[in-house]
Amino acid sequence: MSEPILTLSDVTVAFDALKAVDGVSLTVPRGQRRAIIGPNGAGKTTLFNAIAGAHPPTSGKIRFNGHDVSRLPPHRRAQLGISRTFQITNLFPTLSVQDNMMLALRGLKPKKFSLFGSPDPDDNEAVRIAAALNAARIAGRAEIIVKEMSYGEQRQLEIAIALVTTPTMLLLDEPAAGLSPSERSMIAEVIRSLDPAITVILIEHDMDLALGLVDYVTCMFEGRVLVEEPPEGIRRNAKVREVYLGKPRHA
Amino acid sequence: MTQPVSKNSILAGMTGRALVIAGLVVIVAACLPMVLSSYQVGLATEVLIFGVLAMSIDILAGFAGRTSLGHGAIFGVSTYVVVYATGQAGLSLWTGFALGVLAATAVASVFALLAVRTSGVYFLLLTLALGMIVWGVCLRWTQVTGGENGMRADVRPAILMSHSAFYWAVLTGAVIVSFAMWRFVRSPFGLTLRGIRDSESRMRSLGYNVPLHLFIGFTVSGIFAGVAGGLYAMFNNFVSPSTVALAQSVEGVLMMIAGGVGTLFGAFVGAAAIIVLENIVSSYTERWLMVLGITFVLIMIFAPEGIIGKLRAITSRKAR
Ligand SMILES: Nc1ncnc2c1ncn2[C@@H]1O[C@H](COP(=O)(O)OP(=O)(O)OP(=O)(O)O)[C@@H](O)[C@H]1O
Ligand SMILES: [Mg+2]
Repeated sequence: MSEPILTLSDVTVAFDALKAVDGVSLTVPRGQRRAIIGPNGAGKTTLFNAIAGAHPPTSGKIRFNGHDVSRLPPHRRAQLGISRTFQITNLFPTLSVQDNMMLALRGLKPKKFSLFGSPDPDDNEAVRIAAALNAARIAGRAEIIVKEMSYGEQRQLEIAIALVTTPTMLLLDEPAAGLSPSERSMIAEVIRSLDPAITVILIEHDMDLALGLVDYVTCMFEGRVLVEEPPEGIRRNAKVREVYLGKPRHA
Repeated sequence: MTQPVSKNSILAGMTGRALVIAGLVVIVAACLPMVLSSYQVGLATEVLIFGVLAMSIDILAGFAGRTSLGHGAIFGVSTYVVVYATGQAGLSLWTGFALGVLAATAVASVFALLAVRTSGVYFLLLTLALGMIVWGVCLRWTQVTGGENGMRADVRPAILMSHSAFYWAVLTGAVIVSFAMWRFVRSPFGLTLRGIRDSESRMRSLGYNVPLHLFIGFTVSGIFAGVAGGLYAMFNNFVSPSTVALAQSVEGVLMMIAGGVGTLFGAFVGAAAIIVLENIVSSYTERWLMVLGITFVLIMIFAPEGIIGKLRAITSRKAR
């Protein structure tokens, strides 16, 4: 057995008195597809922020790929191979898709410090950008300015940006939120065809979408882990039904 | 469609049309001394120098989304050092100029260290305060700076004594540093500044050390402000605390805004507009600062995208 890629031990993130994440321990094996589900305000996004470093944990430890990353700033965690998308679209709206991809690609490369170099991508970069745009199903949109894209395309670009860095672990925060049913199934297809070597953690409200894509499910509620089990069992789990549908009323 | 001239030349990505326009503008600018009076050539020289200053401010404001009110001080430090080095210290112009730019760069890097973790109005206020400190030092350190009276030196060498000769020298310098700034904002590093302007949190999650990039951007912008300050020392042969004063920074920012934030070369148009206006106004009234304020308000209301921005918007509307 190889060491799990991600281990959280007793991670807490507090906003003043509110513990948005409250003592979460979690283990994700290498290459797993994991869903994190839970009602609004359960602490899912805050947990991602703790893992990716945007909001480091108040207490507890996070180990990623053999490193203790608990206190590292986000750019150092990105350098170790953690890549993420945002629940609220977070792109470079005034730049072209191409420039968005270039920024994503060069985040871990010394070329980002080229002060007077040519703006054009080299051949290797061009190939990788094309591959990521292709994987996210937005090939051929490279020249367009991001703020002129449809919302659905922007969600696809979110994924393309997270992918082009060839991450070890990909955190997807509600990648299909706000999309039409056909766009949602397209996003599902994108996720399904990701390289199996990448560990993927997916936050998703929609159980139908999430359960079809993953090996294992963690359900959060009020900052804590409520249930962890494979997707087959989760729908029938009484606790999960309770937090999703409210307490069953006695007839 | 216009095609890029060449993929690998140093002009990479410049379209044929842009190259022709840039060439024509430089030729017209080079011909100005033949039609203008020597007084007007002096004004044109000033436009070039302040255009470079405004451009250096635009690197941060237009591309990194951070408006500095400290660049007048960075500019003025270079002016001080060049005047002091060539006058009191008796060094050659070249050495003095190099020291001036170096001093401006050093001051810019100190400003940068303190300011890179801020943005918005905090960045504005912090750079303003740092500029005020420089002004205070120049005012009080009388033995070196001459205090309120300032310092005089014959900075300009004999061959550049005539108005036109000096104008051409400054034009050459302005063309070179403008080209350098253009390359800089379009470089892979320049792209990271635009990324920071659009989304800092995304940049961090992609592996960028945002403060480091802002530090480098600020320092490089300071180099260019220092070049402008050195040219100003040659133009004026004199320096006093008003050169590092807040009004200098504000004027630079207004020129940049008047030309168009993020247009880079618009800085020269903005500098021309403000300097011409200043000269017209000053023959009627002493209240230049008030007129400047009113002009600024009018620009913000009627052309917040600046003169070049406005022209671009109009031409692209016609093209549709
Ligand atoms: N920066 C913050 N400051 C204060 N409170 C916050 C902050 N971020 C999140 N919270 C609070 O923490 C709790 C968990 O929020 P979080 O965004 O992690 O939930 P979530 O599970 O992602 O919900 P959703 O499904 O709506 O996205 C909420 O009560 C929220 O109001
Ligand atoms: Mg969320």
